[in-house]
Amino acid sequence: MTDVDLKEYLRPGVTLPFCPGCGHRSLLRLILRAIYELGINIDDMLFVSGIGCGGWIASPCINGDTLHTLHGRSLAFATGAKMFNPKLKTMVISGDGDLIDIGGNHLIHAARRNMPITTICADNVNYGQTGGQACSTTPKGAVTQTTHEGNPYYPFDICKLVLAAGAAYTARYLVTQTSEVISSIKKALQIEGFTFIDVISPCPTQFGRQNRLDTTREAYKFFEDRCVTKEDAEGLSPAELEGKIITGEFSNGRS
Amino acid sequence: MAWKKMKSMVTPGDYYFSGDEAIAEGAIAARCNYYAGYPITPTTETLERISVRFKEVEAVFMQMEDEIASIASCIGASWAGAKAMTVTSGPGFSLMQEGIGHAIMTETPVVIVNAQRAGPSTGQATRVGGGDIMQARWGTHGGIPTVTLSPWSVQELYEQTIKAFNLAERYRVPVLLMAEEATAHLRERMNIAEEVELFEREKKPGAAPFGTEEDDGVPPMPAFGEGEKLLVTASTHDAYGVRKTADSVTEGKLTARLYNKIMNHREEIIEYEDYYLDDATIVVFCYGIVARSSLFAVEKLREEGNKVGMLRLRTAWPFADRITRDIGSKVKKIFVPEMNMGQVVGEIMKYATCDVIPYNQMNGEVIYPNTIIEQLRRLL
Repeated sequence: MTDVDLKEYLRPGVTLPFCPGCGHRSLLRLILRAIYELGINIDDMLFVSGIGCGGWIASPCINGDTLHTLHGRSLAFATGAKMFNPKLKTMVISGDGDLIDIGGNHLIHAARRNMPITTICADNVNYGQTGGQACSTTPKGAVTQTTHEGNPYYPFDICKLVLAAGAAYTARYLVTQTSEVISSIKKALQIEGFTFIDVISPCPTQFGRQNRLDTTREAYKFFEDRCVTKEDAEGLSPAELEGKIITGEFSNGRS
Repeated sequence: MAWKKMKSMVTPGDYYFSGDEAIAEGAIAARCNYYAGYPITPTTETLERISVRFKEVEAVFMQMEDEIASIASCIGASWAGAKAMTVTSGPGFSLMQEGIGHAIMTETPVVIVNAQRAGPSTGQATRVGGGDIMQARWGTHGGIPTVTLSPWSVQELYEQTIKAFNLAERYRVPVLLMAEEATAHLRERMNIAEEVELFEREKKPGAAPFGTEEDDGVPPMPAFGEGEKLLVTASTHDAYGVRKTADSVTEGKLTARLYNKIMNHREEIIEYEDYYLDDATIVVFCYGIVARSSLFAVEKLREEGNKVGMLRLRTAWPFADRITRDIGSKVKKIFVPEMNMGQVVGEIMKYATCDVIPYNQMNGEVIYPNTIIEQLRRLL
């Protein structure tokens, strides 16, 4: 399948608003491809987004009902729409700063309620739109506009957190793991419960530049080098897992 | 106009309700079908009653994780086609300010009740206050007005809840019902009428959901799931919701219409009650529960032959500028008792040319009739 097949899912006249090398452009394509492969009528769906670069994926790019909300509150807005009209197949697409930092409380409560919402976290590990500041997913030691000597804190293991809060399904992949991302979105869309997919979507413009990852290739390689599969991680010691990003699917068996 | 007379969903008759209960029943009478809230004194009773009553009327009740989520989910539900409401008090109302701005910018009908308590901050949760009236007008950033109602009785809490839904639907705005702890917790006799008049949301498939030909119009409002491929955003947007984040013409046009659609229709929106104005030389301007004390005081002084009158604002915002200018040009003095350090009095001073005398009490108590009588005697 080529990109041409997905054109009908893109809002006519919209120029994709992403920087060169941004993972969000690929992520948009993977989301649309998952919807296309499942044969879902896009008019039966509702796309909700927050503020930040990740908030530009659904609105204005996707040619369906979109609700662009306040910073951090996309899941609360989505909860109202979904609870009032359960027929709306509701997907939240937003950034890590939006969903996890400012919106963290809504995230764990949506998970606790097992709200039937598919949540895609476009995780660029920093606040891209405001120029690249540290957030709760920024790797320890990384340089950002607010951590010039390296981020002193560990990032959230957000999949673990959301799963512990009650989500039916979570998964984490690098955006370049295209078939894994597509299949996990498809799986999530078919689960009647809260699903959360953390897609690491590199930001060469802000995060890459500040961490001396001078090419798009290097900005992606930074994450490729840190990713280990869930299966491989089982054989590693805590010391060996330091700074690693564990990929795979995670479930609490409640779905 | 999509006005419709409907049979009341609440059994008609006389009731002995608290204000909190009357809000819940008013919501049901207005066919509110989505409620999201968070427990807070003094409106927890509304939340509790709705949690039971909404099951009976098959409406959706959600207890959210905070007031930010409550208003957010109401906006989401409203765009899914619901008539949505949330009820809170001061601290929760502060948390909702950003959401109120979102509803103003996305032109989302939603009803927000704030039973004001003694503030600032946590203040005195179980005691009365009137300190949030200016916040209702200026609380959210950007300065675009919406509609604020001010009830003085349990009966009026019921009626203004219905009215709030009608105004929200008619003008596609969040409507703020500024109750007070004293009326929320007051229990008194009230009546539920057989019929209720409701404004139904206007729909026009394919029409621009965020723009009109006129510079003060209210566009029709579609819902999610109707195939309209809606772009709903609180970023500056054109008539079809397309974001225009750096276009001055769009920002100017949108904000002008959002302002004009309320201000140009203020004569239709504003309601007040006047008492003994004909020969009055001193007029008490009041709103909320203080108006009950004021009316007692005015009638007492009238019995003694004093030329005292009263104006009660039922609509706090948009402000009743015309009648204020009118009265202010005829009488000697306007007396303004408020349960805050002076808020609406400033607005009256803008329009009245006579002496305007504030009286401020912020101690967690209703201003008693005797206090008002005493103050008025000094001015006679």
